[in-house]
Amino acid sequence: MDLPHQGYRASAKPRGRAAPSTSDSILFDDTSSAAPAMNNPVYYTPGYNMAGLSNDVQGGAVPNNMFTDPMANAALMYGSSLANQGKDIVNKEISRYMSVNKLKYFFAVDTRYVLKKLMILMFPYTHQDWEVRYHRDAPLTPRQDVNAPDLYIPTMAFITYILLAGMALGIQKRFSPEVLGLCASTALGWVIIEVLVMLLSLYLLTVHSDLSTFDLIAYSGYKYVGMIFTVLCGLLFGSDGYYVALAWSSCALMFFIVRSLKMKILPSLSSDSIGTGPSSKPQFRLYITVAIAVFQPIVIYWLTSHLVR
Amino acid sequence: MAFTLYSLIQTAILCINAIAVLHEERFLSKFGFGVEQGVGGFGDDPGVKAQVLSLIRSVRTVMRVPLILVNSASIVLLLLFG
Repeated sequence: MDLPHQGYRASAKPRGRAAPSTSDSILFDDTSSAAPAMNNPVYYTPGYNMAGLSNDVQGGAVPNNMFTDPMANAALMYGSSLANQGKDIVNKEISRYMSVNKLKYFFAVDTRYVLKKLMILMFPYTHQDWEVRYHRDAPLTPRQDVNAPDLYIPTMAFITYILLAGMALGIQKRFSPEVLGLCASTALGWVIIEVLVMLLSLYLLTVHSDLSTFDLIAYSGYKYVGMIFTVLCGLLFGSDGYYVALAWSSCALMFFIVRSLKMKILPSLSSDSIGTGPSSKPQFRLYITVAIAVFQPIVIYWLTSHLVR
Repeated sequence: MAFTLYSLIQTAILCINAIAVLHEERFLSKFGFGVEQGVGGFGDDPGVKAQVLSLIRSVRTVMRVPLILVNSASIVLLLLFG
């Protein structure tokens, strides 16, 4: 119910939602004072002054006292304080499990970044500088740094992949709505498994990297872009196109993953002077990176081969 | 390979049960994971074995009570709904 709080003008949607009862319409409706939507005059109580409510229903602030009826006034105040309490509780609970600020960092993207990142994912061989730039100990947002991982592309690619899978199955006349949900949960299950295995291996081998869980989710979500490309080529060009696209996107993705994670997992050995670790450590880190990279084509093949026969 | 939500939950329960069931004296000491071998090495990074050991120990400590509840619930559900 953020619409009234921002003084959102216009849409008929709040009015539609307020249709059931007039008291609801007073609370969530009608802050669009300049809105000419007088199509439902029956929802306005007499003596009700619309202009007074505009932009006054801010968070926590007492709404106006323009009502002639004190009961409605009290109800309005109570209702808005209840809504604010609900919002606070939800925010508190969510921020207990994951920090929303960290999540916001991953979604701070813009068009230029998305285009460049997609190009790098598909053709990473000409990209020169893979270092993630920092700004006073905090990594730069994806808007300012092309190498920063983000969660927008993986999320969108995941959803697009599910839609594409539905379409591919429909072309083969094997579609039903349950299959879509099954495909979605299968892909999600694989992502969760991969992230858990990565976390486990990073923990067991005490690799002190600054890769957080969201970073790992981001890097393992980039394979969906390759999957979409592969499925599209398979649908357009048949079985041969599928295998060519599979090979191309696998190589590109493996290169991308190795180059990106090399910066984060394998520190530059010259500056790593924190005691003398056992000499097998750099080896393990290399194994982890290569294992992650090799795992990608396997999953791509596994999740797309049944779509393109 | 289709993952339904239920099979994912079942997998998770079984895996955590498997980790929680490993008994230190009877089983793990045979493999050199025993409790008397201290985790030592506060200066260095502990090796793989120490990490695995601390992982097993922490899973057992944290998940003991929730596992009792979850296992009872799944037993009841399986009896009722097959």
